[in-house]
Amino acid sequence: MSEYSIMAEKISMKYRLPAQKVDNLKEYVIRLLKRNLQYKEFLALDEVSFNACAGDRIGILGLNGAGKSTLSKIVAGVLKPSCGKIYRKGKIAPLIELGAGFEQQYTGRENIFLYGSMLGYKKEYIASKLDEIIDFSELGDFIDIPLKNYSSGMKARLGFSIATACEPDILILDEVLSVGDAKFRKKSEQKVKSMMKEDTTVLFVSHSLSQVEAICNKVMILDHGKCIFLGDVKEGIAKYEEIIA
Amino acid sequence: MKRFVKNYIKYRYFLRELIKKDIKLKYRNSVLGVLWTLLEPLLTMLVLVLVFSSLLGRKTENYAVFILSGRLIYSFYSGVTKQSLKSIRSNSGMIKKVYVPKYMYPLSSAFSNYIMFALSLLVLLCVALTQKIYPTVYAFQALYPLAVLFIIGLGSGMILSVMNVFFKDVEYLWNIFLMLLMYASAIFYQAESVINETNKYIFKLNPLYCIINSFRHAVFGTAMESWDVMYSGIFSISVLLIGFIVFIKNQDKFALHL
Repeated sequence: MSEYSIMAEKISMKYRLPAQKVDNLKEYVIRLLKRNLQYKEFLALDEVSFNACAGDRIGILGLNGAGKSTLSKIVAGVLKPSCGKIYRKGKIAPLIELGAGFEQQYTGRENIFLYGSMLGYKKEYIASKLDEIIDFSELGDFIDIPLKNYSSGMKARLGFSIATACEPDILILDEVLSVGDAKFRKKSEQKVKSMMKEDTTVLFVSHSLSQVEAICNKVMILDHGKCIFLGDVKEGIAKYEEIIA
Repeated sequence: MKRFVKNYIKYRYFLRELIKKDIKLKYRNSVLGVLWTLLEPLLTMLVLVLVFSSLLGRKTENYAVFILSGRLIYSFYSGVTKQSLKSIRSNSGMIKKVYVPKYMYPLSSAFSNYIMFALSLLVLLCVALTQKIYPTVYAFQALYPLAVLFIIGLGSGMILSVMNVFFKDVEYLWNIFLMLLMYASAIFYQAESVINETNKYIFKLNPLYCIINSFRHAVFGTAMESWDVMYSGIFSISVLLIGFIVFIKNQDKFALHL
């Protein structure tokens, strides 16, 4: 068990979609009395198992709604699977939907501390990385201006700079390499590559097959929540191309 | 348990940032800033004193201090529960995308409200001094109701924050309940003047009244009543325990319902 950095055993994720969404007490009680509480279930992940050793870089492919983001959120710890078990070892850096915790009224600098603390960084650590983060985000003087005046590209750049300011053992990338303009995208790709050391485990969710081919050493294909392929990159990409053709 | 403590230590700084954010944003862009925390209870007190003693002609000794002590405790409780109630829902963006221990949100609401409340106690001290009510040794008793108040505020906040995830209209029901609670807590009248055999239980079974009553004893320099002390303590700790259990049992479902 110890040589794996991620071990997923038969993970299933069930969402309960109420046929008509009941989100208030009044309706709930009325429906309860009428015995009219129906739920539809939706299986986003169906008994997915995989192991990743330190240094594995797994590309996750699949059509929209195949369960890629659900899987990456489960590995990141945001969602708990309905059944199955997941073990993770080491520090995780989830690069998923960056900048979700930004406070609009705070300045960029204040947000670095807020967002950093949310990612579990220590205050001293953030302070020591502050210049690096500001530098990388290319915000310059805008760093002391409230976030509500930022453009969406500026926010994305700031989010990316904060989230990548650590040295993780497990790196989860969920379509974040399309942040900002072409110049920043190039820079962010380089940054992510520099974060992938020999023993960093990477989960890479992307629709770009060329990126997957360049980065990964294993490929997993998800289809309607089921893992239908896990193995060699070339074989996997060939199989995926068959599916989308 | 060990994992729980380790996790708390890891996210301790996040808790501090949340508290700081609450307090900072409340007064950003206002000229008077934190002074509002002091002015607001003072002005409310003036209104109440004006209405009740001048217009209605009530004669209660030290009416200003009496009102203020009750009113401050009530407004802490109503403030902290209202804010915690929304804490999970208003942070849904973060909860759905980044892992943090979720109890940090109601906990930070409790702390930030308590810090403001502690500041506003300064107003009470000043008003008491101008009314020639000086602190005695009994003033130390105040620590007990103040601690109990924090516990019950946090506990209720945790329960409400969970309920609000699943049922949005809890917010409106709670506001109505708070109004009822205000009238049942003897804030601007003396319980002794209305109490009789049939309505005694309204006060004795109301933990907030027990807390307010204990606090007033401390302020006016008399000993607290043993029923108030026992009842409010046991009630508050039970609420916190229930809140904690309800929260832990449901927290994994939050991301699916928000």
